[in-house]
Amino acid sequence: MVIDLKEICKDYIQGKDAVPVLKDVNLSVDSGEYLAIMGPSGSGKSTLMNIIGCLDRQTSGTFIFDDSDISVCKDRELSEIRNKKIGFVFQNFNLLPRQSAVENVELPLLYAGVPKKERREMAKEALIKVGLEERMNFKPTQLSGGQKQRVAIARAMVNSPTLLLADEPTGALDTKSGEQVMEIFQNLNDEGVTIVMITHEKEIADHAKRIMYIRDGELSEYSGGETL
Amino acid sequence: MFENIILSFKGILSHKVRSLLTMLGIIIGIAAIIAIVSTIKGTNEQIKNNLIGAGNNTVKIALYRGDGQMDLQYESVPEGVSVIPDEVKKQIKDSDKIKSVSLYRQRSYVDSLYYMNTALNGGSVLGIDEDYFDTTGYKIKSGKGFGKREFTGSVKTAIIDTTAATGLFGGDDPIGKIIDISGEPFKIIGVAVQNSKFEPVINNYEDYQLYNQENSSGQVFIPINSWSVIFKYDEPQNCIIQASDTDSMTKAGKEAVDILNGRLTVSEDSGIKYKSEDQLERAKSLQKLSDSTNTLVICIAGISLLVGGIGVMNIMLVSVTERTREIGLKKALGARKKIILGQFLTEAAVLTSIGGIIGIIAGIILAQLISKFADVPVAISGISIAVSVIFSMAVGIVFGLIPSVKAANLDPIDALRYE
Ligand SMILES: Nc1ncnc2c1ncn2[C@@H]1O[C@H](COP(=O)(O)OP(=O)(O)O)[C@@H](O)[C@H]1O
Ligand SMILES: [Mg+2]
Repeated sequence: MVIDLKEICKDYIQGKDAVPVLKDVNLSVDSGEYLAIMGPSGSGKSTLMNIIGCLDRQTSGTFIFDDSDISVCKDRELSEIRNKKIGFVFQNFNLLPRQSAVENVELPLLYAGVPKKERREMAKEALIKVGLEERMNFKPTQLSGGQKQRVAIARAMVNSPTLLLADEPTGALDTKSGEQVMEIFQNLNDEGVTIVMITHEKEIADHAKRIMYIRDGELSEYSGGETL
Repeated sequence: MFENIILSFKGILSHKVRSLLTMLGIIIGIAAIIAIVSTIKGTNEQIKNNLIGAGNNTVKIALYRGDGQMDLQYESVPEGVSVIPDEVKKQIKDSDKIKSVSLYRQRSYVDSLYYMNTALNGGSVLGIDEDYFDTTGYKIKSGKGFGKREFTGSVKTAIIDTTAATGLFGGDDPIGKIIDISGEPFKIIGVAVQNSKFEPVINNYEDYQLYNQENSSGQVFIPINSWSVIFKYDEPQNCIIQASDTDSMTKAGKEAVDILNGRLTVSEDSGIKYKSEDQLERAKSLQKLSDSTNTLVICIAGISLLVGGIGVMNIMLVSVTERTREIGLKKALGARKKIILGQFLTEAAVLTSIGGIIGIIAGIILAQLISKFADVPVAISGISIAVSVIFSMAVGIVFGLIPSVKAANLDPIDALRYE
């Protein structure tokens, strides 16, 4: 099992009150799964993803990631898990604007301490996989939205992580670019990468093998009738 | 590390105006320090050169009674002061701190020095041995120097310095002319100049005396063997030594004085003693004076650096806020705290180092301008440049610390959600 969430709660303190955002979330994701989580805006999707991505800590409950208990990990251990085991794809790409595509892709390798030459080679390979080898020296401003997201995917995958976490990866893209991204996700999943993708578009969620639904911080299996 | 530096450069270049304004405090501070230090050093070197003869390192040793140099114009050589023989001269020269030694007699303010009807009032006559010119750094400008003939026999030839030449002959060639010293005819065979002629700065009466004592009215050199022809032996022998280097001048002078005093058989209460003119000590005390007056200015420059550092801190804090998302992303991709810390510290240090380098260049230009318009000598010191670079880098690291720690401690979630 890659992800095992048990009775996860997350509260935000707003003034004096604790506002619950995630309520007793239980979720298990096996290796090689392709899961989509749907839900309306403000339902807690990103909060859940941040906990799964070891960027945030739950208020209560246990989270086992790849057989290790995340709540007892120190900051630097979490950095290492994020660096080696998780790839992130965000709605707004989050590329560094002053650095070229290939330099952006190299970042996780830089933090992993991979030597420069090897880093460049691995980054190039990752860009070839998303079909952007010709644009590797372009700056983000010289790339279209779809191309930027493909660079972001190459960056997420360059360290060969076990889990790919995507938060609305097609949210800022046109339909055609969105479909391209979905194709890449499908290929990655076929290669055995576990994917957890957050979206509020049914057509996008349909690419996943399994869909779950979150509403007001409560997670459940998707039955098909829920309104977004 | 190296990549951080490259990235910092890119970042700084992408905000040229802002970076320049940030560096301004550092630039002004470093420029002021370089300019001040250069001027201090230049002035110091000038004082030192003026007092100790432009690297000639000569120390004069004269006979004193109490605090005054002995003048034997109206009395005879006191009992117990005997003629210094060649063996003693050799003994002095044997010291490893002493390069050369010369013995000479000097009669200052001579009023009976004539060429035809022109008098050289206030000039001095020096009876010198064969080592005098080498030791004091005189060289023959025209004509010739004294030879074996002068130092073995008693020949009435003379060499004059350029001041005496002008005083006595105007623009005419003095070589071969006969001058009259105390009624005796001397033939001029050469004109001498001091090798390292320096331009003295006269700030007060003491300086004036110091520089004018010997040089203003001209000097006439005659071989020591001819001294008795005109003055008998009524001036004591002085000694001038050339130390092996500037720093051993004081010690060299003391060694020579000890040897000479050891030979005196005067009574204790006569107060007669050889003393060295400790010019180096004088130079040092003058330097201390100029150093302390400039400490204040250095303090002001330091405050300007402090203000510059605070400016850097301020801009770095703004930069951290602006790049909150970037920091969040890097943390999401696995960058550890120390990587973020290193990145921002490097950026601050690179920024202030560039400021420091610009400041150094500005300071050197400023120093040159000061020397040109205020007529003060400057000497740019390598040490002050090195210290400035290190110092400006340190300012960046010290004042960049708070912003960098702030960046490193950002919560990745807050940073990613930041708009
Ligand atoms: N740092 C925070 N402090 C307080 N409330 C927050 C914070 N982050 C998110 N929330 C709240 O938690 C809820 C869920 O947010 P989020 O997980 O981003 O929703 P989604 O991604 O599903 O749109 C929202 O109501 C949001 O306002
Ligand atoms: Mg969201």
